Amino acid sequence: MRKTVWSMCSMCSVRCPIKVEVEDGKVRWIEGNPHILKGALCAKGSAGIALQKDHERPQQPLIQRGGRGSGKWEPVSWYTALDYVAEKMKKIKDKYGAKAVMLSCRGGPWQDLWKSFIHAFGSPNFTNHDSGCGRNVHHASKSVYGLGRKGFIYDIKNAKHLISFGRNLMASLRIAEVNQIMDMLDNGGSFTYVDVRQTLTGIKATRFFQVRPGTDYALALGMINEVIKQEAYDKEFIEKYTTGFDQMAEFVEQYTAEWAAKECGIKVKKLKDFVSEIGQQRPAVVFHPGWMLSRYRDSFYASRMLHILNVLMGSVEVKGGQQFPKTPGDCGVKGLKAFSSIVPKPEDKRADGVGWKYKHFDKGPGLFHLFYDAMLTGEPYPIKGVICYRHDPFNCFPDVAAQKEAFDNCELLVSIDTHYSEFGWYSDVILPESMYLERETPVCTQKGPKPRFAFRDRAVEPRFDTKPSWEIFKMLADRLDIGEYFPWKTAEEMWEFQLEPTGYKIDDLREKGFVALTDEPIMYDRDNLDGKFKTPSGKIEFISQMLEENGFPSFKPYESPQKPPKGKFRLVFGRSPVHAHGHTINNPLLNELMPENTLWINSRVASRMGINDGDWVDVIADSQKGTIKAHVTDFIHPEAVYTVHGFGRQVPLQSRAYHAGMSDQKLQEGLLESMDPVGGGLCLCEKFVTVRRSPRNPRRRVEL
Amino acid sequence: MNKYMIYLNSKRCIGCHGCEVHCKTNKDLPVGPFLCEISHEPLKAVKGVPKTEYHFRSCYHCEDPYCVPVCPTGAMKKREDGIVYIETEACIGCMACAGACPWHIPQFNPNTGKAVKCDYCMDRVDAGLKPACVTKCTTRALKFVTIQEV
Repeated sequence: MRKTVWSMCSMCSVRCPIKVEVEDGKVRWIEGNPHILKGALCAKGSAGIALQKDHERPQQPLIQRGGRGSGKWEPVSWYTALDYVAEKMKKIKDKYGAKAVMLSCRGGPWQDLWKSFIHAFGSPNFTNHDSGCGRNVHHASKSVYGLGRKGFIYDIKNAKHLISFGRNLMASLRIAEVNQIMDMLDNGGSFTYVDVRQTLTGIKATRFFQVRPGTDYALALGMINEVIKQEAYDKEFIEKYTTGFDQMAEFVEQYTAEWAAKECGIKVKKLKDFVSEIGQQRPAVVFHPGWMLSRYRDSFYASRMLHILNVLMGSVEVKGGQQFPKTPGDCGVKGLKAFSSIVPKPEDKRADGVGWKYKHFDKGPGLFHLFYDAMLTGEPYPIKGVICYRHDPFNCFPDVAAQKEAFDNCELLVSIDTHYSEFGWYSDVILPESMYLERETPVCTQKGPKPRFAFRDRAVEPRFDTKPSWEIFKMLADRLDIGEYFPWKTAEEMWEFQLEPTGYKIDDLREKGFVALTDEPIMYDRDNLDGKFKTPSGKIEFISQMLEENGFPSFKPYESPQKPPKGKFRLVFGRSPVHAHGHTINNPLLNELMPENTLWINSRVASRMGINDGDWVDVIADSQKGTIKAHVTDFIHPEAVYTVHGFGRQVPLQSRAYHAGMSDQKLQEGLLESMDPVGGGLCLCEKFVTVRRSPRNPRRRVEL
Repeated sequence: MNKYMIYLNSKRCIGCHGCEVHCKTNKDLPVGPFLCEISHEPLKAVKGVPKTEYHFRSCYHCEDPYCVPVCPTGAMKKREDGIVYIETEACIGCMACAGACPWHIPQFNPNTGKAVKCDYCMDRVDAGLKPACVTKCTTRALKFVTIQEV
């Protein structure tokens, strides 16, 4: 029997809507939801079938019986595993209080459920991976607009010019976004790309600035200076909706285009031509403000400048520019009932200090890396239990050895995931979640020009003894006497709870995987945007009250990035379109496409060092070393070496990924302490490594 | 006369290699055989931007294919619309076809012990659909073209 199931992909965190064809209980075909993506899907999306078939994933709950990392797993029943976790959580609660347990996830549209769980338990310590990802961009956006980084969507398709500072859009691969870019280019749009190397994205650009690593902020300052000089900005918009323009103009006066070009190593004429071009094209200009900008010491300020450049272009609520994502409320539909709406909020202060010690950071998920201090010092209070749901701190955060030292002070480490994460391998208990084709998830709201409710339905029954996360948390809640906050027994009942205020039924969503809440895109009146900006002044703030009140400057004087000492390089990292960080390295079909990463190194430098393309090279940090093959190329800045993140995995049960390639985060020693004090992101590109031709290169030759 | 071809618009291709996996999962292929592939030229600066061209290759479905007559069991066939395909039941996996093909296009499927090659997903084509690689191409860079006589 053949049936169609509407679902959402989970091979990466984009969560593209998909249509799944199932025959006799087997997944036969996955394609992008034709109503939204016209069938389009990426390699990872199709390889979901291989993940479902793969046996190298946890097949039943596991309890570590031989010490952390020993790999001595005892397969147990769900009852045993959940009782074990609940008992340990209760013990920690009795001894240190509920707040001593923290829960982390990878963000996304369903985090309300996991957050409700830890709040119901009585701990305020909900967090996610974002301090190793988009926090700088998020806080930069808040400082300018009072809105988070998802406070705007980009109408790239209709834009006349897209500018990306190192956001490798084609490799990060949001299918809808990539198609918008290709459509924009087909329509004759311009695309300017800035990076320390050429990428899959940069080859589509109409203009390319290869800059010295760490000089993004300089380039953005030079652009603002030149925009003001050429009067290429939207005066009317600035007048009406912003504060602090004059102070900003005064600040950037010293940062001329000539200065920026010299600092970044680019041609000044090219920079000036660029500014004249966007001056003609505005307001249909989009400066992508970045996503993963946990990179340099001044990435927060660089992102702030990119947000400000959008404002200067007047690119707010316009066709081909930034737009406010519309909500169900804008369509006259009541929103979903939040799980958290029936859960009392814990009153304790957060252990990461966010909200009281660090008032300028967003309280929502706080900052994961700051919990390590609490684990190590017991200040402000001890953290003794850690639950990581679909989040692998050892893959996401730097300096794994330092993280382990902190986790060793914990009495309980739990990993809930579909695959063996590196953290999972080190934890005490693995609660295996059913992979996405084998589970359903709550309904979520997708804001946008045409907002919708969407969900993931179960396509096939789990192959192994795994469960969906909503059920895992529900069963755990029952054991912790907080089951009343999760008042459902089945997924159907959970959906009913959520949809109750909306007037929709789950069968409405089952028709094509979502319900659209409007037929036509909604636009606000651009002449009447008062109340839309959530800053203290209600205006777009060039001078941020929030920053100034907390003792931080709205603009930071530029400091040139340190040059790597002789023989050393700045280690930068990025993505490939066939892998999603570390989750997919062991997928049979994706591993086949890209089994290991390489070290990109500039050809002139490599030739001086006697390194040829394909040679093994040692990449050495302080105490850690990685060995991979060199990719010698003209198209990377000589100060940097680059590799794809996610490789060098050390989970023995992932035979294909085990020790394949090199892990950048293990080499980032010391960077766990490298938080940007203003943006909250870690500075993951601030590590210099030594590179040498490896002694592993064979010298022996038996024949003549 | 061949009726179909697959065309890649290199300008829209982003080199994501989705087509290769769309094909493999549709044909239920294990690690090993690839029935289509994306390749690219080394980067070359064009007006200051390092650029490349992408190429897509599956089977050429030759007008006069070498693989068909060489097949000892008659499993390799050419349809009237030009599609060169393998009748799996008749294939004995001798791989003479791969040896005869100048590009070694037929691949060995270790799961079935037989040869496998691109047949433009003819079951899909016959059902009015497009080949898997084209249907799911991430950026709609691949097109399934019906050739018409002018």
